[in-house]
Amino acid sequence: MSTKIFKHIQTSVVPLPIENIDTDQIIPARFLKATTREGFGNNLFRDWRFDGDDNPKQEFVLNNPNYGGKILVAGKNFGCGSSREHAAWAIADYGFDAVVSSFFADIFKGNALNNGLLPVQVSEDFLKKIFDAVYADEHAVVEIDLVDQFIKIVATGEQETFEVNPYKKACMTNGYDDIDYILSKKELVEEFEEKR
Amino acid sequence: MDTINNHKSKILSFGEDLGEAMGQTLFDKIWDAHVVSSNEGFPDILYIDTHFIHEVTSPQAFDGLRTRGLPVFRPKQTVATADHNVPTIDQHLPIKEELSRYQVDMLTKNCKEFGIELYGLGHPFQGIVHVIGPELGITRPGGTYVCGDSHTSTHGAFGAIAFGIGTSQVEQVMATQCLLQSRPKRMKIEVNGKLQKGVGAKDIILYIISKTSAAGGTGYAVEYAGDTIRSLSMEGRMTICNMSIEMGARCGLIAPDDTTIEYVKGREFAPKGEEWDKAVAYWKTLYSDADAAFDEVLSFKAEDIEPMITYGTNPGMGIGVTQHVPETASFEAKEQGSYKKALDYMGLHDDEQLLGKPIDYVFIGSCTNSRIEDLRQVAEFVKGKHKADSVTVWVVPGSKQVQEQAIREGLDKIFDAAGFPLREPGCSACLGMNEDKIPAGKYCVSTSNRNFEGRQGPNSRTFLASPLTAAASAITGVVTDIRSFLSESELV
Repeated sequence: MSTKIFKHIQTSVVPLPIENIDTDQIIPARFLKATTREGFGNNLFRDWRFDGDDNPKQEFVLNNPNYGGKILVAGKNFGCGSSREHAAWAIADYGFDAVVSSFFADIFKGNALNNGLLPVQVSEDFLKKIFDAVYADEHAVVEIDLVDQFIKIVATGEQETFEVNPYKKACMTNGYDDIDYILSKKELVEEFEEKR
Repeated sequence: MDTINNHKSKILSFGEDLGEAMGQTLFDKIWDAHVVSSNEGFPDILYIDTHFIHEVTSPQAFDGLRTRGLPVFRPKQTVATADHNVPTIDQHLPIKEELSRYQVDMLTKNCKEFGIELYGLGHPFQGIVHVIGPELGITRPGGTYVCGDSHTSTHGAFGAIAFGIGTSQVEQVMATQCLLQSRPKRMKIEVNGKLQKGVGAKDIILYIISKTSAAGGTGYAVEYAGDTIRSLSMEGRMTICNMSIEMGARCGLIAPDDTTIEYVKGREFAPKGEEWDKAVAYWKTLYSDADAAFDEVLSFKAEDIEPMITYGTNPGMGIGVTQHVPETASFEAKEQGSYKKALDYMGLHDDEQLLGKPIDYVFIGSCTNSRIEDLRQVAEFVKGKHKADSVTVWVVPGSKQVQEQAIREGLDKIFDAAGFPLREPGCSACLGMNEDKIPAGKYCVSTSNRNFEGRQGPNSRTFLASPLTAAASAITGVVTDIRSFLSESELV
């Protein structure tokens, strides 16, 4: 079954300079009751975005019309906590194609990659440069190229390469899926079971 | 040239010999025994012995199978329960909240359609997935266990590889009984020495995470070792491994020993007869060799650990109960914003002491601390005492079996007399998903595993602590040092 293909994007970014953003902030547990993958974007960062009466909190970046784009830029240890894939679904459903941070939690990173949402890990320095660029000009454009594995602040030309597992890169650039890969090795699984 | 080549090959073969002679870690022994296929440039295909599922992270995976036209590959190696969404009172009645009821009903329907055993509401084995696996003898040394829940690391207490996965991976395991995984790095965390009175497994792990930070274990499989860890019961070991994910670790594990074997023996699905003997012989080979190499080793002294409590909004933000909240200025400039945000959320200020701070709720439960030993310890402490009027207390057993056991032992009567009503099993107030939520702005001393913003309900404020600290705080109505209840002779 094919998944979303990701090769290259160039867009403005949404800055969220907070560290240790956990998956309970990305999508609180009370919104995990849906039985499909769609619609979680409405509740992305729910309790930071809306008050108790469901009114938008003006100070939160997603409610600030000056910021927008396909890249979310956040502080280190992004996606820590629960394994809920709903966090990756919510970010992708909201309209982001990539998340940039100086450090990602393990399970979140895997979940994002399995949903065509690219986690881009950059150095602390480069993360600061992106924040500086977007706070200087809210329309600052960032380019992410998965094929050549670089991220660039277009206005200044500053760029950095990033790591990505070669297998997951092949999956994302071609829309391949882990299950198809394991199913292609099914006879090995059965052999393994017989030998035990 | 020839000479150089010969020399080179000699070095290579010498290196390989060394590689073979080098001891293996416990983690690598178990991993290697489960590798179905290993290809350069690809993650390993890892065989999964048992896949635990629950109502929240499985429906989309079942849908995926339907779309692909696939069955569950090994339904007999899949175990289901309903835990996250269930109420913890009146479980015999239909679930009131419509969406929760729908999700639980969906699990029932999916299990039936795909031939999976379900320990749902009303079943004598129902309970929190990480409590029932071990208590039924499904979790065993040397196995591989996954579940769409990050606290699957709990099962590592048996000397097993166990970790949480996302829903796409739940579908992967359902379809293939395998998981594509890259081998993590290995870390050893040793704790040696004698614990102070009033300090237990929960304090050990909160202490460790306060030292590593909430991200310090990311990318690692963590083996806990040392004589302090070795002296813990299986239930204490589960508390430790449960919170491995709170430092970001892929999983946590503890080498099996007589304590482990004794715990598994005779349980519902534990091997019996000859199979048991064979299993035990294998389990005895499961330890890290003396010369095994770890990528990172951390050592702590048991004597340094006080009863712990968290003050912030991630589990790494913990202190000894007598200590003060850190000053914002003690953090690097770029971290100060996040730190201040956490303190504001918690309604705390720099250098504040938590000891004596009034609290509103006490929650004793969750996959971290809801087993029979936790309940026995709390019951023993509260016997003859009564909670403070200002505090609401919930005691939520981890499983139907724990609940029944507690009632058989008369713990429910002790709890009732103390104002600590014993509820029915489920995840309860750990995650603000079911009916049990802490109201906005209220403080809860909780034996669960996460103090994230809103974790126990929108704008709730969580202090994570041990069952004893939670119980003592319920009695006094304020954050309390359990040691203040111990006589001088007990403190020695």
